[in-house]
Amino acid sequence: MIHPVTFSSAGLRRGAGTMVPLLPAVVVFAATYGFVARQQGLSVLETVAMSALVFAGAAQMVAVQLWQHPPPLVELTVAAAVVNLRYLIMAPVLKDWLAPLGGVRTYASLFLTTDENWAVSVAEMRRGGRDAAFFVGSGLALWVPWVLFSAVGRLGGGLIPATEPYGLDFIGTAVFLALLLPLWQGRRSLLPWIAAAAAALLAERLLAGAWYLLLGGLAGSLVGAAMHVRR
Amino acid sequence: MFGDSLSGGAGLLAIVAMAAATYAVRAGGFALLQRLKPSPFVEAWLEQIPPAVFVALVAPPVVSGGPAAWAGAVGVALAWRAGAPFFLVVLSGVGLVALTRLL
Repeated sequence: MIHPVTFSSAGLRRGAGTMVPLLPAVVVFAATYGFVARQQGLSVLETVAMSALVFAGAAQMVAVQLWQHPPPLVELTVAAAVVNLRYLIMAPVLKDWLAPLGGVRTYASLFLTTDENWAVSVAEMRRGGRDAAFFVGSGLALWVPWVLFSAVGRLGGGLIPATEPYGLDFIGTAVFLALLLPLWQGRRSLLPWIAAAAAALLAERLLAGAWYLLLGGLAGSLVGAAMHVRR
Repeated sequence: MFGDSLSGGAGLLAIVAMAAATYAVRAGGFALLQRLKPSPFVEAWLEQIPPAVFVALVAPPVVSGGPAAWAGAVGVALAWRAGAPFFLVVLSGVGLVALTRLL
């Protein structure tokens, strides 16, 4: 039988621990964002407030590119929604963990949804994990360094080390690959995975921003669901 | 000076609007599914989203990343096949990327 969902401090710590290998990537990404924000004329307060409140790397990089004085409010808002549109279909996957928390706690937890902590949480959930604090812990373990090093990048830009010689720019890809491989279910995974890859590659070439994630995710999951229902 | 403080307020207002839009997509799909009882198709669809999103996340950087990224991807796959712990799986990929770039 399925055990009830819990929310423990042990789960909080365990979730945070899964983000440790990602820390160098988060630090570099946040500092880079802060540095670009400075070049684009955002104040320290604006730079840090965006990291704390929006908390979405790709969307923030797009936003600072679009930034002007005065800021184009509608353009920035639409861009943020579009770049993050994938969360519309990603967050519901967490319902077995987050729904039982109830009301404010459910909707406060959803604020912490990012690709990285969503990914490790889904993996943990599929292994039978029933501690929703895992999601919150992994989310907070990203939020804190993200905000902190956005400020560092904004204040001390130019001190960012080159990451490519050390392969650090590959950390994110390596993490997602390590999470993807155990989900292989033999031949019935083949078609959905090809669909996801093809759509993502095509969209990445033709469209700016993070559309490739949404379109690749949609293509692969719809093909997979259609195959499942036909069986 | 007045213009400065005005644009500062406009900047923060834009950031709050961006934050609201981002939260709306984080919570919106979730809220919708809470209200509606998902059909078997939607259940199957949600089940299939994680692998599809992971594939979409890794396909562009691996395909267009050149020999270093290809080596990194192979490193991750081999370490995973060998049953290495998560941290080592990631490290194998990153290490092979760095190594390939050195060569």
